[in-house]
Amino acid sequence: MIAIIDYGVGNLFSLKSSLAAIGADAVVTADPEVIKSSEKIILPGVGAFGDAAAKLRESGMADLVKSEAESGKPLMGICLGMQLLLEKSFEYGCHEGLGLIKGEIRPITDVIPADLKVPHIGWNALRFKGEKSPIFKYINEGDHVYFVHSFYGAECDESVIATAEYGATLTAAVAEDNVYGCQFHPEKSGDVGLRILRAFIEL
Amino acid sequence: MITKRIIPCLDVKNGRVVKGVNFEGLSDVSSPVELARYYSSAGADELVFYDITASAEGRALFTDILREVASQIFIPLTVGGGINTVADFDRVLKCGADKVSVNSGAIRNPDLIYEAAKLYGDQCVVISADVKRVDGFFRVFAKGGRENTGMEAIEWIKRCVGNGAGEVVLNSIDTDGVKGGFDIEMLDAVCNAVNVPVIASGGAGCIEHFNTLFKTLPKVDAGLAASIFHFGEVSIKDLKVSLAENGIPVRLS
Repeated sequence: MIAIIDYGVGNLFSLKSSLAAIGADAVVTADPEVIKSSEKIILPGVGAFGDAAAKLRESGMADLVKSEAESGKPLMGICLGMQLLLEKSFEYGCHEGLGLIKGEIRPITDVIPADLKVPHIGWNALRFKGEKSPIFKYINEGDHVYFVHSFYGAECDESVIATAEYGATLTAAVAEDNVYGCQFHPEKSGDVGLRILRAFIEL
Repeated sequence: MITKRIIPCLDVKNGRVVKGVNFEGLSDVSSPVELARYYSSAGADELVFYDITASAEGRALFTDILREVASQIFIPLTVGGGINTVADFDRVLKCGADKVSVNSGAIRNPDLIYEAAKLYGDQCVVISADVKRVDGFFRVFAKGGRENTGMEAIEWIKRCVGNGAGEVVLNSIDTDGVKGGFDIEMLDAVCNAVNVPVIASGGAGCIEHFNTLFKTLPKVDAGLAASIFHFGEVSIKDLKVSLAENGIPVRLS
């Protein structure tokens, strides 16, 4: 069973539906027992980092997700959920993340040309970095996925497993051992996205 | 590189997809769920659903259909029509919509965009403007293109973006349904006024019109059309292959 962490941010309808479409047994939950008994965890999220990080802590989910990940359980963060896995964010102030993956969240305007639109929204091609990640085993380099974000993972170094070009090379996905993060939305990326989710649930 | 998006638009009334010519003479085309699935597999980058139902029963039917579409189709979905309050945003977002497009609702209540953007983020709020030339000026029309608000369109769109609209759908009433090509002049004026994605709507009649659109106006992010896709006059696959051959970045996989 896949536990989709419910901590009061974002709309989980599409994520739950996309997992159902690939035959995964997924529940949206904030129940610690359910999360502990799950095989894998997905940390979703939309909105602002500071608010989401606070909700994650207040709900007790931050410590739980962190300890589950540290025990070796596969964890995937999606969009803001990916950003929360990093050490800190400079979105409106400075906020602490879960620190499961090296790096920090910075505005894309730091690195992209001023004439490009913000957010980076739409379909962009993935470029793999390093050895092909197991979550990409059913997709090819150059496949397109759907992005919506104004902040990106900086200084993730060796954790970066895929990038996308938008006037600069932006972090598209990260991984460290059993912890994965996608800046894009696999649940909104058509068949390519479903294939990424399938590879994750098969880990 | 970010690709140009091709977006079929589905006008839904009482659970069925309809498309009018210059907003009148609506004719039933097909089932929203079937069309959505077809378009998604054909390579559509996004789908827009406009709920043109007036009754409460029709609205409930619409949200049922939306939920059904969103549980089977995994590309971004934008919903418009009858969005007047933040509660309307909430209603469609819970059914799986990713973005919500406002038109008359924002004209009646200019705070709507600001309130919704604050709650759901700019990326979630789309300003859809129906614009028509009146005595040489671009004017905003309300109520499905029937009522001239008298407002100057470019100023209105700038104001909406300033209030938090993260995307603009510009529908030219002058070119809508005519199939003579997109309204390049009107789109150019909007692209030069805002720095959020602009979606061209109204006038597409053939593949060449999309090539002309993206070549002439590189700032346009997406092309939206309805009947040419619904009636099979243009296949999305052929369209995207043609755009790629012309050096326009599109998603083919």
